[in-house]
Amino acid sequence: MTRTDPFALVLTFLGGLVLLFIIAPLLSMFFGTPLNDVFATAGEKEVLDSIWLTLVASFGGTLFFAFLVIPLAYILARKDFPGKRIVNGIIDIPIVIPHTAAGIAVLGFVSRDTAIGQVASSLGFEFVGHPTGIALAMAFVSVPFLINAARDGFSAVPVRLEQAAYNLGANPFRVFFTISIPLAWRHILSGFIMMFARGLSEFGAVVIIAYHPITAPVMIYERFTSFGLKYAKPVAVIFILVCLVFFLLLRMLTRAKKETVVKNTSVKNIQ
Amino acid sequence: MLELENINVHLGDFALKDVSLFVEKGEYYVILGLSGAGKSIMLEAIAGMHQTDSGRIILDKNDITNKKIQHRDVGYVFQDHAVFPHLKVHQNIAYSIKNKFPKEEVKRKVEEIAEKVNVSHLLHRDPKTLSGGESQRVALARTLVRDPKILMLDEPFASLDVQLRDDLRALLRNLNREGQTIIHVTHDYEEAISLAQKLAIFQNGKLIQQGTPKEVFANPASQFVARFRGIRNFFTSELKEVDVAITDTNAKVKILPQEELSKGYVMLKSQDIILSKEEDGTSMANHYKGVVTDIVPSFKGNEVVVDADLRLTAFITHQSLKNLELKLGDEVWAAFKASAVNFIKSENPI
Repeated sequence: MTRTDPFALVLTFLGGLVLLFIIAPLLSMFFGTPLNDVFATAGEKEVLDSIWLTLVASFGGTLFFAFLVIPLAYILARKDFPGKRIVNGIIDIPIVIPHTAAGIAVLGFVSRDTAIGQVASSLGFEFVGHPTGIALAMAFVSVPFLINAARDGFSAVPVRLEQAAYNLGANPFRVFFTISIPLAWRHILSGFIMMFARGLSEFGAVVIIAYHPITAPVMIYERFTSFGLKYAKPVAVIFILVCLVFFLLLRMLTRAKKETVVKNTSVKNIQ
Repeated sequence: MLELENINVHLGDFALKDVSLFVEKGEYYVILGLSGAGKSIMLEAIAGMHQTDSGRIILDKNDITNKKIQHRDVGYVFQDHAVFPHLKVHQNIAYSIKNKFPKEEVKRKVEEIAEKVNVSHLLHRDPKTLSGGESQRVALARTLVRDPKILMLDEPFASLDVQLRDDLRALLRNLNREGQTIIHVTHDYEEAISLAQKLAIFQNGKLIQQGTPKEVFANPASQFVARFRGIRNFFTSELKEVDVAITDTNAKVKILPQEELSKGYVMLKSQDIILSKEEDGTSMANHYKGVVTDIVPSFKGNEVVVDADLRLTAFITHQSLKNLELKLGDEVWAAFKASAVNFIKSENPI
């Protein structure tokens, strides 16, 4: 016989409300959108192009920044230096500022009026109204997720293991690539997914840097303002589905990794 | 071989103070101290994981004080073994030689060392499936494969049960016999005595005494050493029968039966020795007639040194001293039970 615990009931009820709050609008959108409309929209080249552009820009930005971010995260996890707290604070700034403001800031930095914009332009790079600019705007608002996850990952690698590798004659590069990165890999990958996913969904910063070429979130907004809810819904449904598929795929990838990596290195005292 | 000259290391509240020691090539050097005495920090300073504030570390005539960890050529087996959890056992062992030799050569070396430390059957295992003893042997193999000038072991017996301890002891002795210089850190005095050719005692970040086990225990330089386990009676011995030990002064000591005849040390707590003016008829297996050569009073009682066939130190209360009316030069009987004697096997007792 099971006893009902009033406290557990209250918790379950409150938790259920939150889940409903997340799931209900999504479900209502899915069920409230005629399948015909979804299929018709899925056939539109403009829609497919925008989804493809969004995926490529976010993935490209995430991949590019990963090369810069991982060494930074390692430094933050392993070294103490004056101003480290300030650096950690700076990293979180993109999360707390309005994303349109972030877009304005990035635009002010890379537009053709600035030195960087001119140098890039002379090298054949364009940011404004260009996929590179979109990737930059996405990365600006999402890079904290990767930095923080990678830093936590490196912090969780026991220093002991790195010392053991040094003691075996390995140089710092070898220790970094053969011990630190493989052991922090799950965190790094998880941060990568978060950055990628956050970049996909970015609207505010992207719309300021580049209304065209049009990304999926901007297209949803455009259809809503130009044609109304009915026309925005199918694009939203398709884009959400694409995002979920990628999200699940990458999540599965981290899970597979998780099984091969032992979190704790202290040896169990079995005997 | 390895020389530490006035090493000082500060780590937060803890400090290693003015440590000097000398380890000869091929020596088995044991550092004994309670936990928190600074033993591990000293090993880590030798390995380069802590920067020294002052002093020099010299290995084979090279000053390695400021060398990076990876350039020191000292092998270190950590207390928690630090086996890389994401690499298979054979990859762990091959880590230090992987890019230095052709593939076949690496394989051969790994198999050779695995055979030696008895982990051949584990080569393709995941470290997380290893027991404490197994992972320790893997860590040992991983360190030995690069042929370090010195092998440093931090509490290697800590995670092992009795049977495995005997196996590891034999393995370490073998390595040492083959010429491997070993520095071994422990808090267990029996472990120290059974393996050490040279012993150093650590207390509060200071090295307070070093020498052969006998020198250290028979002539304790401080009360700390003497009271490490209350041992004041310490004799190099050899078993003549399984229950009779003959000391280096040719005294016969009855002990509890041992498994086999061997060499070792006879140890006895001073509290376990009974003094009397006349030979008594109790069941004590050991009794010796001797002369009182020293009486050292302390707050709790008196240490009475009796020179007999062997030099015994007994501890008696102030009241007993008074009752026995003992003074220097008196003849006295000292007696103790066979069961009070601790015999510790050692290959080459000094």
